[in-house]
Amino acid sequence: MNYETVIGLEVHLQLATQTKAFCGCSTKFGSPPNSQTCPVCLGFPGSLPVLNEKAFYYSVKVALALNCKIQDLIKFDRKNYYYPDLPKNFQISQYDMPLSYDGHIEIPMEGAAKKKVRIKRVHLEEDAGKLIHEPKGGYSLVDLNRTGIPLLEIVTEPDIGSPQEAYDYLVKLKSILGYLKVSDCDMEKGSLRCDANISVREKGETRLGTKVELKNMNTFKGVRLALEHEVKRQVSGVGSGEKIVQETRLWDADRSMTIAMRSKEEAEDYRYFPEPDLVPFGADKAVVDHIRRGLPELPEARMSRFIKEYGLSEYDANVLTAQIDIADYFEEAAGLYKNAKTIANWVMGDVMAQLNARDVGIKEIGISSNGLAELLAMIDSGNISAKMAKDILLEAMDSKASPQDIVKKRGLSQISDVNELESVVNTVLGRNEKSVTDYKNGKKNAFTFLVGQIMKETKGKANPAVVNEILKKNLGE
Amino acid sequence: MDNLYSLTAHKLKELIEKNGLDPSKILQDLFKRIGALDDKIKAFVLVNKNKTFEAHKSPSAKNRGKLSGIPIVIKDNICVKDELTTCASKILEGFRPPYDATVVRKLKEEGAQLIGKANMDEFAFGSSCETSCYGPTYNPWDLTRIPGGSSGGSAAAVASDQTILAIGSDTGGSIRQPAALCGVVGLKPTYGRVSRYGLIAFASSLDQIGPITKDVTDGAILLSVIAGHDEMDSTSVDLPVPDYTNALIKDVKGLRIGVPKEYFIKGIDAEVYSSVKKAISILKDLGAIVAEISLPHTEYAVSTYYIIAPAEASSNLARFDGVQYGFRDKTSKDMIEMYIQTRHKGFGKEAKRRILLGTYCLSSGYYDAYYLKGQKVRTKIKEDFEEAFKRCDCIVTPTSPTPAFKVGEKTEDPLSMYLSDIYTIPANLAGLPGISIPCGFSKEGLPIGLQILAKPFDEETIFRAAYTFEQNTDFHKRKPVL
Repeated sequence: MNYETVIGLEVHLQLATQTKAFCGCSTKFGSPPNSQTCPVCLGFPGSLPVLNEKAFYYSVKVALALNCKIQDLIKFDRKNYYYPDLPKNFQISQYDMPLSYDGHIEIPMEGAAKKKVRIKRVHLEEDAGKLIHEPKGGYSLVDLNRTGIPLLEIVTEPDIGSPQEAYDYLVKLKSILGYLKVSDCDMEKGSLRCDANISVREKGETRLGTKVELKNMNTFKGVRLALEHEVKRQVSGVGSGEKIVQETRLWDADRSMTIAMRSKEEAEDYRYFPEPDLVPFGADKAVVDHIRRGLPELPEARMSRFIKEYGLSEYDANVLTAQIDIADYFEEAAGLYKNAKTIANWVMGDVMAQLNARDVGIKEIGISSNGLAELLAMIDSGNISAKMAKDILLEAMDSKASPQDIVKKRGLSQISDVNELESVVNTVLGRNEKSVTDYKNGKKNAFTFLVGQIMKETKGKANPAVVNEILKKNLGE
Repeated sequence: MDNLYSLTAHKLKELIEKNGLDPSKILQDLFKRIGALDDKIKAFVLVNKNKTFEAHKSPSAKNRGKLSGIPIVIKDNICVKDELTTCASKILEGFRPPYDATVVRKLKEEGAQLIGKANMDEFAFGSSCETSCYGPTYNPWDLTRIPGGSSGGSAAAVASDQTILAIGSDTGGSIRQPAALCGVVGLKPTYGRVSRYGLIAFASSLDQIGPITKDVTDGAILLSVIAGHDEMDSTSVDLPVPDYTNALIKDVKGLRIGVPKEYFIKGIDAEVYSSVKKAISILKDLGAIVAEISLPHTEYAVSTYYIIAPAEASSNLARFDGVQYGFRDKTSKDMIEMYIQTRHKGFGKEAKRRILLGTYCLSSGYYDAYYLKGQKVRTKIKEDFEEAFKRCDCIVTPTSPTPAFKVGEKTEDPLSMYLSDIYTIPANLAGLPGISIPCGFSKEGLPIGLQILAKPFDEETIFRAAYTFEQNTDFHKRKPVL
């Protein structure tokens, strides 16, 4: 039997506001436990929430970039449940009237086609704290620094048809979010988290199968892997006539398996009701329009522009625009150096290889777009060879020095001066009469040997093109 | 001067400002009075006897605040920095807030002397002050009777001259009803007029802090101090605060007074009925235009209230779980057990009843039938008032259907207890301001209160009507014999 997979994703995104969603506490990551708290985010009796305007603006920005409609009336609700990381024992969230709804993004498919993934809703809520369990001590510690950090929940419709599509969706979403500069989207720090709803059904069936919620995936690849496992588990279950149970399962990355956490019967009743401490307010059309006008050029638009403006292939333009920092880097370099294609090759080749190898962002890589342009110009002027340039690039990344400084400091400048090289060539020819004879007798590799000797003499700085020319001339060709 | 404790704030202000009265004398006098009466009335959960208020001890004329040297009592559900604040509940045992409520900050800035915390029904759940974990407060007019609630401690302290001023909170009548039953003045301001920041929430959409005082003038002075927009409370409204003492106009000529016919039907005590009717005729004689009005949804107010208020309370009180502050059951072996035992042992009977009621009303499958329906009726009640206020400037009613009842009389019958707020609840549901002022006494000598309601943010009309009535009657001058 043939099965198809139906997936919906829920992404939680911490917004990079300076202060928390409903109080003035700092949102800085990595501070000592409970050092960024106040009566409001500690949920102390008598304290009241006040909405951070910036968090609202950032939310609208994301919603608009995801092609969502903005709710006319912004209203918050309380989601009631007991957990020690939630000091009020309710979370301020949005229930029946999410801040925005009915959006979509497009993900690449095989060939030129694109798939539309609908965004059901994007809503604003507050993050919970962190529990640190001490199994040996028999106690748990509570850190409430994270409590109250603005969190956007981005929920798709069940439009995603495979684990790979889920992965592509996340990559695309992160790409867009990166352009908006509203979050650092760092899964390791937990500023971006993803849960998945997944079910399988026979091909052709229109009703949805029983869904399972997957949690605890810590990377995009982990999401894909967990979904792949879950597809297999469900298909084999359905295939053998087993009933899929509606439940929440946790992904265990170490053991590569999902573990049942709680069934639907155990699911909590959150007793949502309107948050009476926050007055509903109209989303000011002028404000929303202002945010809309202020939206940056998003990855797709930028990609099209790169193809048109810089004559890049669609593939190259896609790679270069996936991350805003890389796209900016490319474009800055392209403004300083004439051949965009060459820059694209260098960025996508040596530079991106080093980003991966060093596991850093392009801003931390150590060579600026200006430096790269400088480096390429030095190749063109014959000042350095392409091979030297690769070494200089690595050294610039290590030392943070500019390529020009490195060339100067190490005396790496290529020798292209004909007179200077002429004398070197003559010296080498004088020392290697046998090779000269060999060459004249038809041993063509004697030529390569002589070039090598000249290079050795100049410590590799001789311009190979000029050397070739002089050598050929002097050997009487 | 003797008996400083028996004076009003405006009289004491005058003595301090014009006659050079040393405010510390007021404190000494009051503490002596409290020493003599506290065992009988039990209005306080905490008395700041040893506290000296250096900054305001002998205020110079230059930095004298509006309440400089004037003693005040704060209801125990309002946060005072580093002072015990427990909502009269075991679950907040030992809780000392790290911050001042906005109201408390304003009072301190104006030089008021915070002499203690007043007893109340646990978490303001009650109309008799009997659900306090510290035990009941007794009515100064008859120590076998309750003072009303939930701000019973505040009202009893004012009525027995154990404080000059008091702060209460009103969710369904908790300022006005005890003020009526203790023969003092209690004002619930418009929802949003006074910041709730630091008021430990009972029902966030209904709660409002307000003054309990010996006369209307003090009410106007105190409201002028505590009112105003607060950026820490999104529900506080950004409107200018008038000097309410300017509204103390001894004239009601042409003032249109509405008398709702639905408020004078069965269940009302005959003496309350006649006192209130008499009061209305006094106002009429003074030149007010009195007309009957109708508030057709009145009969649904109490049931609506007992859906919305417990629903919000069940969520507001969820935070009392033993994790961060207050009481924690230490016998529990795991987290869930700690939650259960802490709340089981920490909350009193009425608190549990309301948490259960509210949790039920919000539960999936019941939300539409209860909470949502309740909100719709609430809108209807609000519209009733909007309609009525097209035809009148203020509405006059009894504050409570009966004078103070006996201690223990209604503790086993929550429904009859709930009905004692039948006249006060609608103003909370509609967010309106309302005052209770003394308007008579029963044959047994128990005070009877008159409630005056006005349009949102029109406390001035209330003060005008209340002041005129007070200045033409003597009810506020009578004191309990203690």
